Amino acid sequence: MNTAKPKQVYFFGTCLVDLFYPEAGLAGIRLIQREGVDVIFPQGQSCCGQPAWNSGYRNEARDVAAAQLALFTKEIPVVVPSASCAGMMKEHYPALFSGTPLESTAIALSKRVVELTAFLVDVLDIRVEDLGDPQKVAIHSSCSALREIQVGDKIETLVSKLSRVDKVEQAYKRECCGFGGTFSVKQPDISGAMVADKTASIRETGADILVSQDCGCLMNIAGAFDRQGNGPRCMHIAELLWERTHADD
Amino acid sequence: MQTTDAGFDIRIRDALGNERVRGNFRRAMDGLMQRRLDLFPDAEAMESLRQHGMRIKASALSHLPELLEELEAKLIANGIRVHWAETPLEANQIVLDIMQSHGATSMIKGKSMVSEEMGLNHFLEQHGIDVLESDLGEFILQLAGEPPSHIVAPAIHKDRYQIAELFREKFPDIPYSEDIDELTQSARAILRDRFETAEVGLSGVNFAVAETGTLCLVENEGNGRMSTTVPPVHIAVTGIEKVVEKLEQIPPLLTLLTRSATGQPVTTYFNMISSPRKPGEKDGPEEVHLVLLDNGRSGIYSDPELLATLRCIRCGACMNHCPVYTRIGGHAYGTVYPGPIGIIFEPQKGGLDKYGALTTASSLCGACGEVCPVRIPIPSLINRLRYEANHSNGVTPGSGSKHKNSEALLWKAWSLLYRNPLLYRMMTKAATRLRMLAPGKAGPWTRYRTAPKPAARSLHDLARTHGVDNE
Repeated sequence: MNTAKPKQVYFFGTCLVDLFYPEAGLAGIRLIQREGVDVIFPQGQSCCGQPAWNSGYRNEARDVAAAQLALFTKEIPVVVPSASCAGMMKEHYPALFSGTPLESTAIALSKRVVELTAFLVDVLDIRVEDLGDPQKVAIHSSCSALREIQVGDKIETLVSKLSRVDKVEQAYKRECCGFGGTFSVKQPDISGAMVADKTASIRETGADILVSQDCGCLMNIAGAFDRQGNGPRCMHIAELLWERTHADD
Repeated sequence: MQTTDAGFDIRIRDALGNERVRGNFRRAMDGLMQRRLDLFPDAEAMESLRQHGMRIKASALSHLPELLEELEAKLIANGIRVHWAETPLEANQIVLDIMQSHGATSMIKGKSMVSEEMGLNHFLEQHGIDVLESDLGEFILQLAGEPPSHIVAPAIHKDRYQIAELFREKFPDIPYSEDIDELTQSARAILRDRFETAEVGLSGVNFAVAETGTLCLVENEGNGRMSTTVPPVHIAVTGIEKVVEKLEQIPPLLTLLTRSATGQPVTTYFNMISSPRKPGEKDGPEEVHLVLLDNGRSGIYSDPELLATLRCIRCGACMNHCPVYTRIGGHAYGTVYPGPIGIIFEPQKGGLDKYGALTTASSLCGACGEVCPVRIPIPSLINRLRYEANHSNGVTPGSGSKHKNSEALLWKAWSLLYRNPLLYRMMTKAATRLRMLAPGKAGPWTRYRTAPKPAARSLHDLARTHGVDNE
């Protein structure tokens, strides 16, 4: 990855953030802007195509992905606040467009995609002043962050930068939360058993807050906590960082 | 046991509801994962060894037909008889013919997953052959009348109390014990005589070396050595993908196998079988046969991506690390090979029409691909098979058989919505405005969670009002 600080970046918000976690997206944008980097948010963007790709609907995924390719043409990084979407664009776009007229465009884009936590740590090397109350924070790194694009350590680094936060570790930390996109619908009982175990292990840490760099995991874990009642607050890492490090505006 | 997709949902629900079996799997898998980790303390060294293992197997597969011919020639020169079987039935018949040519009616077996694939025990028993499993786990399962639930540790779903109960029921004369050592000693005593009286011994093969015509067998109990040396006839059965080029490639593969499988630096026994008993030698069988089974493997061989499936050295690490396998156990899959490797191997071998539902039993978390000692990209292959299950232009048998018009239509609509900015904007606008009307129940999702509610304003909307540039 090119670690020189760019003047300008694209922000690809992802479909889940757009509709369910927009504050996380906005926090990501503000964190980048605060470091003096311009952010472009192309209004025509929607989804990377991952849901269809993982469900075996490659043509439909390609059509949606192709619409995104046309929007991120400048030679600047594309920052994505989700490791699984970043993984889709980095790791699978080349295969998805292999043998099509868009192949070289897709490969070029895939090289410019940077997951948000990796961008904040490796490129911006952000410094933060923690203004928040002391709190216990548990981290759930998504499988894509850990195993697909291997940026699982970045969220750890970011949380460690918060001086008034006590980082707690749950058992089976690296294990999948059970989301898996359409897996949670196709195999609801297995997925339900996995998220039940995940929430139980997080509860045992006494965490006030659970953070992740992936909104798919968050939706799954937060939904389960909400159903069970009295769970920790679940939020995207960008939101936690922004909330604890900016003076009220 | 070939129970196919039918009943997969029911088997999953039963497994999830069985707290005892779930506990047995979790404890056992936790132990196996830790043991493996202890033996790969250096991540870099592990990666380089995995890369080496992958290259060895990939290289062998790149010229599989020629390599198999070389293996056959070397084996024959060594005095080992070679048989080719396209189907499990042919393989069973070959084994039976060999037995009948000797007038043999009793067999002692070492552990072999290919024999499970063949349904050998059942077939031989139907033809009046007395078959006894000598691997402790397999012995227990034979008593219980169950198939293996794990390819390396076949009886891993049972705890010692269940095994003690089984022994009490089957061997009322033996004093009851829940002690693992005592149970093992009881089994050993029962098996000992049978090694001496069995007319034929059967085993699997972990690696078959083409260069030297050597059959390698990895085991811990010594039953493999007994089964292959005491009876006058030894029959080995294996899949055609087990062949490797050179003897010097065995040490890296062996160390990858034992560390990945059971977290052992080396197993208690490692057998290299290179010929029947030679004149003047004191022991060993008078006849050695190798049955090479295809059973769909050559079909897998013809696709450059799916070919990676055949690199598998059957260590079971993918199942040990799989969060789905850990929760539902091996039997729920209803196949010979469970877990992630089963998800990719069984549908290719037996058809997506019969085994395609297996491809849904993965969250694509990547844990299997991360630990595979020969770097099979299991998640990518699951993704590929999901495509083939839903589209008839795939190469896998039964391609397109899981296609559902309703589902395909849903994805078509999804694609239309998400590739058209205007439609997408209308959708998000409607969703954010009407968020309070969002249904509280969202199908299976809300069985364990509350339904997510759209935010009051989309990120598109927030970005606009905060003056974030559009281009």
